[in-house]
Amino acid sequence: MNVSLRINGQAHTLETEPQVPLLWILRDVLHLTGTKFGCGIAACGACTVHVDGRAMRSCTLPVSAVDGKEITTIEGLGAARLHALQQAWIRHQVPQCGYCQSGMLMAAAALLAEHPQPDDATIDRAMTNICRCGTYQRVRRAIHDAAGQSG
Amino acid sequence: MRFAPGRRRFLVAAGVLGGGLLIGYGLFRERDLLGSPDLLPVEADEIALNAWLKVAADGRVTVAVPRAEMGQGVYTALPMLVAEELGAAWADVHAEQAPIDKVYGNITVMADAAPLDPHDEGIMATAVRWTLARAGRVLGVQVTGGSTSVRDAWLPMRAAGAAARDMLVRAAAARLEVPPEALEAVDGRIVHAASGRALAFGALASEAAALAPPERFTFRPPQARRLLGKPLPRTDVPAKVDGSARFGCDVRHAGMVYAAIRIAPVFGGALERFDRTALENSPGVIGVIPLADALAVVGRTWWHAEHALAATTVEFSPGPGAGTSHEDLFARYAEALAADDGFAYEDQGDARGALAGADVLRAEYRAPLLAHACMEPMNCTVRLGDGTAEIWCGNQAPDLLRLIAADQLGLEPEQVTLHTPFLGGGFGRRAEPDFMRYAIAIAQAVPDQTVQLLYSREQDLQHDTYRPPVLSRFAARLDGDGRIAAWHNRIAGPSVSQATIGRAFPDLPLGGPDKTSAEGAAHLAYAVPDRRVEHTRVDIPVPCGFWRSVGHSYNAFFTECFIDELAAAAGADPLAFRLAHLAARPRESAVLRLLESASAWHESLPAGRARGLALHESFHSIVGQVAEVSIADGRVVVHRVVCVIDCGEVVNPDIVIAQMESGIVFGLTAALYGEVRLDDGRVTQGNFPDYRMLTLKEMPRIETHVIASGAEPGGVGEPGTPPIAPAVTNAVSRLLRRRVRQLPLNAALES
Repeated sequence: MNVSLRINGQAHTLETEPQVPLLWILRDVLHLTGTKFGCGIAACGACTVHVDGRAMRSCTLPVSAVDGKEITTIEGLGAARLHALQQAWIRHQVPQCGYCQSGMLMAAAALLAEHPQPDDATIDRAMTNICRCGTYQRVRRAIHDAAGQSG
Repeated sequence: MRFAPGRRRFLVAAGVLGGGLLIGYGLFRERDLLGSPDLLPVEADEIALNAWLKVAADGRVTVAVPRAEMGQGVYTALPMLVAEELGAAWADVHAEQAPIDKVYGNITVMADAAPLDPHDEGIMATAVRWTLARAGRVLGVQVTGGSTSVRDAWLPMRAAGAAARDMLVRAAAARLEVPPEALEAVDGRIVHAASGRALAFGALASEAAALAPPERFTFRPPQARRLLGKPLPRTDVPAKVDGSARFGCDVRHAGMVYAAIRIAPVFGGALERFDRTALENSPGVIGVIPLADALAVVGRTWWHAEHALAATTVEFSPGPGAGTSHEDLFARYAEALAADDGFAYEDQGDARGALAGADVLRAEYRAPLLAHACMEPMNCTVRLGDGTAEIWCGNQAPDLLRLIAADQLGLEPEQVTLHTPFLGGGFGRRAEPDFMRYAIAIAQAVPDQTVQLLYSREQDLQHDTYRPPVLSRFAARLDGDGRIAAWHNRIAGPSVSQATIGRAFPDLPLGGPDKTSAEGAAHLAYAVPDRRVEHTRVDIPVPCGFWRSVGHSYNAFFTECFIDELAAAAGADPLAFRLAHLAARPRESAVLRLLESASAWHESLPAGRARGLALHESFHSIVGQVAEVSIADGRVVVHRVVCVIDCGEVVNPDIVIAQMESGIVFGLTAALYGEVRLDDGRVTQGNFPDYRMLTLKEMPRIETHVIASGAEPGGVGEPGTPPIAPAVTNAVSRLLRRRVRQLPLNAALES
């Protein structure tokens, strides 16, 4: 099928099988590699992107389901100016290996869009991404910090 | 296999690893540490002053980092060593991956392989170190592991900075017509304080490069340091928040293709049957490549390749491990312990004699099989040319992988270019060549194309090089004063070092003691007059490898839990009991005393909560942890962890703290949930839901205190991991009023 996607403000039209997950369109067709593969079953969150502003796990999201939708990836999150979360991530030196951090940031950005001042319980519910380096404490601290900066 | 010069080099390395080695840099000519500036690739405006650093016309300083950045901070800590001595401004400093050359070899990781007491400074141990130092220098294996990066770089990378500074100062002295002694290197400039004149590094680099490096280096005295000891921001963080950081699986070339794989589910099995037609008819499939023990499919995207494999049945013959379950492995260990005393890694006094009588306390502990589960699944990208090969993969041993790749391809190592991008986790897994070997075999079947092999999460979890399951038995006796009089520890499990080296170089004859088996069990800090620690080697039909902190990962659990059992038998407070055995160890005692106050060890907790303590030295650092724990709905909840580390000289305290947080989460995840299960020789789990990871909502508050003892630098990447399992288990045992002697804890609670 023909699919029209708007990714980070740019229009793309491609011919593809409808069931190909968005993740592989991003990574292997468009070579937008900031969005990561971690599990393939929407369990780890490394592939999180925004679809019409909502956090979605792109490894199980068929491209046909996002035809015509507005998609933001990590490359588009702070394209004009670093997002408050990206700045907080730098202040708190959150990343270690860094592999999960694109998904972590996209999940956090969607959280703040919905809850500008999230409490710890809200952060616990929203941030289910897996980080093998154990950056969780800094992730929580940076979300609170970014919420304070924007609020 | 061909017997190339590089291969001979590794034969010596493996022999040394088997036989024991301890290395220092002291006996080398200092200038030899600098290497040739010709090793570094340069842009038009860049000048290399030695093998470790380049200066650009605009003052940018690029440091060649010979270790892999896998989250532990080497792209920051190692450039800090250079920048401190050079006098660079931190904002000007950048990191890039060093090429492969012996000057970048890791001597310390070889040194640590010796089955000696690291505290032994006697004449025999010293002689061993001196003799083997030369061999280590000749071998120059470029391994990232063993928490050695800062320890090994401490001399050569500070020397590289000091030598370059000396050259820049002499170039400035000639230009300004003043004596070199009147000049200072400050924030990227050579400054003549008397006249107020200054020249930027960028303006001096070409004149400096024409000068000979100094014969000897002068290091800045500790009180004059401007960068070391400061929590400077990491050089790799900006790229890791905007999606621009490139990991191995992010390599992209126009027209490249992607491979998925199914490997024989029973280790050592062979490919038997598959439906080629169905695979070839699946959309987007470019090629079907049968290998001896695996089937690969190449597709237009990785999903097309994986989707094709997922839709068909691939049949394999069972390997030699068929029929084995994870429980069977412990039965084998028990049989081996009954039959064989094993190798004594420590034997002081007469432990067996002292434990022949009554009043002996005994306990048996178990640690399970574990996977690494790096967030970035194993992957490797290969492009083969005419007599050349270019390989990209996150790895922890580039020169060894290059040798193996060259051997597989029938090339000389120099014809193979191996790139090491950022690693999405390593933890020991990426020291292995298996995924590269598969990728090369696939590339050989798809000529003239760049091909990237990526494991699915299931393949990654089911074809790891696992932390082995281990069995440990203790017998001990207390004296009349409640001190440990005799200690006998018998451990059973495979040799991880020999398994790893044997997989990389199957033709090597291997044998002898493997220090990693008993590390963290032998040569404990506690004063015990009669002590004996043995390891009985039992091979198992599961590939085992290095897993963050290796032997310490299980031996700390065994020993620090059993110490708590002895404290209870003595009716003593666990912290006071440990201190009573540490009179001769001031650093360990200082860690415990700080832990005592920082954790408020003696203050009472709310009902249903308990504290547990563990102290463990690994990789030349001493770490103590206190965990505050409760049990809710049959699950262990860890509320708070107080961590104290003495890692000697501190390069970047924020990286030390981050590594403690990281090591604790890694060890806690394993302690609560970690267990790879085998059924009929195959791993039964497939993905994160059944190989569970700690998540944010389960994260305890971690408070880390760093003791700047000024001792020689110790490691930080691994030492945070070993103490957390025993600290939490000791708290759980207190809550349950019974001793828990196996992991994972949540499974142990159910039983």
